[in-house]
Amino acid sequence: MRKIFLSLFCCLALSFCLVAQQNSGHSHDGHDHSSHDHSGHDHSGHDHSSHDHSGHDHSSHDHGGHAHTNNITTPCGSAAQVIHHEGYDPSATAIHHISDANVFTIMDMIRIPLPMIIYNKDRGLEFFMSSKFSAGHHDDGHYGYKDYVMMHGNIHRLKCPGFADQDHYEVAGFDVQKHKDAAGKDHETPYAIIGGKAYEIEQKTIWDGGLLGGGITSFYDLSPTKNVVSMILVCLLFFFLFRKAAKAYANRVGQAPSGIQSFLEPVVQFIRDDVAVPFIGEGKYERFFPLLLTIFFFILGLNLWGQVPFLGSVNVTGSLTVTAVLAIIVFLISNFNGNKHYWQHIFNMPGVPWFVKIILTPVELLGMFIKPLTLMLRLAGNISAGHIAILSFVGLIFIFGNAGQSMAGSITGVAMAIPLTIFMMAIELIVAFVQAFVFTLLAASYIGAAIEDHDHH
Amino acid sequence: MTGTLAAIGAGLAVIGAGIGLGQIGGKAVEAIARQPEASGDIRGAMILMAAFMEGAALIAILLAFFIG
Repeated sequence: MRKIFLSLFCCLALSFCLVAQQNSGHSHDGHDHSSHDHSGHDHSGHDHSSHDHSGHDHSSHDHGGHAHTNNITTPCGSAAQVIHHEGYDPSATAIHHISDANVFTIMDMIRIPLPMIIYNKDRGLEFFMSSKFSAGHHDDGHYGYKDYVMMHGNIHRLKCPGFADQDHYEVAGFDVQKHKDAAGKDHETPYAIIGGKAYEIEQKTIWDGGLLGGGITSFYDLSPTKNVVSMILVCLLFFFLFRKAAKAYANRVGQAPSGIQSFLEPVVQFIRDDVAVPFIGEGKYERFFPLLLTIFFFILGLNLWGQVPFLGSVNVTGSLTVTAVLAIIVFLISNFNGNKHYWQHIFNMPGVPWFVKIILTPVELLGMFIKPLTLMLRLAGNISAGHIAILSFVGLIFIFGNAGQSMAGSITGVAMAIPLTIFMMAIELIVAFVQAFVFTLLAASYIGAAIEDHDHH
Repeated sequence: MTGTLAAIGAGLAVIGAGIGLGQIGGKAVEAIARQPEASGDIRGAMILMAAFMEGAALIAILLAFFIG
């Protein structure tokens, strides 16, 4: 039991490190922002005052088809106003709700501020609370602090100079300008509207750290976000539960289990008898058993934590960063424990002619990396998909109700949404257990394959 | 509409996954009906296979989600 605590906290620490790096914003994924430097054609394409670029069509800016939009012409200081987009965008809402945030919002009413730990090259480390932004509806911050603003629950930095020495200024709202660059690719540039003027803010990337073109921010957000706080809470909860159970085992030797012990014992036994022993092997599984239990309870706890209605709809195990850390742990442990046979089967498959090996070895090498990749995608995909499905069903209310315009439509939406949501949540409850089990089982099978003895050669 | 092709791709992935899940579930139920005493092992193998299949489907869906 003590080993479980140790690996639990190792797991927590590792996840913390990587999640803190994750700057999940809203749905800018897939769009290529890498050509968004100030030197390229991109910004001159923004600037209507420079008409010398006759080769590019400046009039083809796609402003998203809204009735009236801000015509932002320069990155800093164009006149702009806050536009309340009419209508309801289900996919943007869903993405916003499954994203990580710098504020813990419960039912759009209670906002628990979280500590911010920001590092940037100009000013070094900075500590403050996210209550400085005074987030309101949609988790948009009403105020700015230095050159940081909060858009959709995430901290963004203003690209424009002149804000670094201001501690408190009002932010009227945010706008996203859609436009095409010279190559015809779609871009979205976020702006903060301060004092009737628009100022460009940095993109926040969602899942790739800017590697696939989201743009790397000029600061590191090391703050414990909603996801990190959830992880700490769940780990503490399991720490106390397992401590209690461990004490009970010490005090009640030879007696029937009691209390939380009777809940945990069958689960631990199930992981041992149905996962560890068949896949790793009798006599060898003990070394990896604490890790498997840690993975199982960590994922299960966070899956269930994300299922609690109205509690901020936390999506920790649906975040690719968290599942990536778990998959990397499994990858490292299975490969570091890989024996001679394991590596021989990858690089030099015995009993296979040489011309097959030319094809087989790259495939086996790829498989080595695809295994943790599928681990990562399966868990994140399943949990995120469940959250998105629930949010879509809730979104039916707003779609039928025409975003609050039609009372009859809203009632129809509610009548449809409640049973569908309850049904979905029941399915998600099963998925929470199945995915924790499947992750543990696959981790055990990868470890088992790496340490398996091949006597038949 | 940028997501149209991606949505078709996601739909195709779901069709494939549905066929796969149906095969796994159907064969597992048949096997359990034939040998009820082995139902525990069959269920374990079924979940493992379903997880592998689902992994392939989810890669397709996530690619559609992120690229679309």
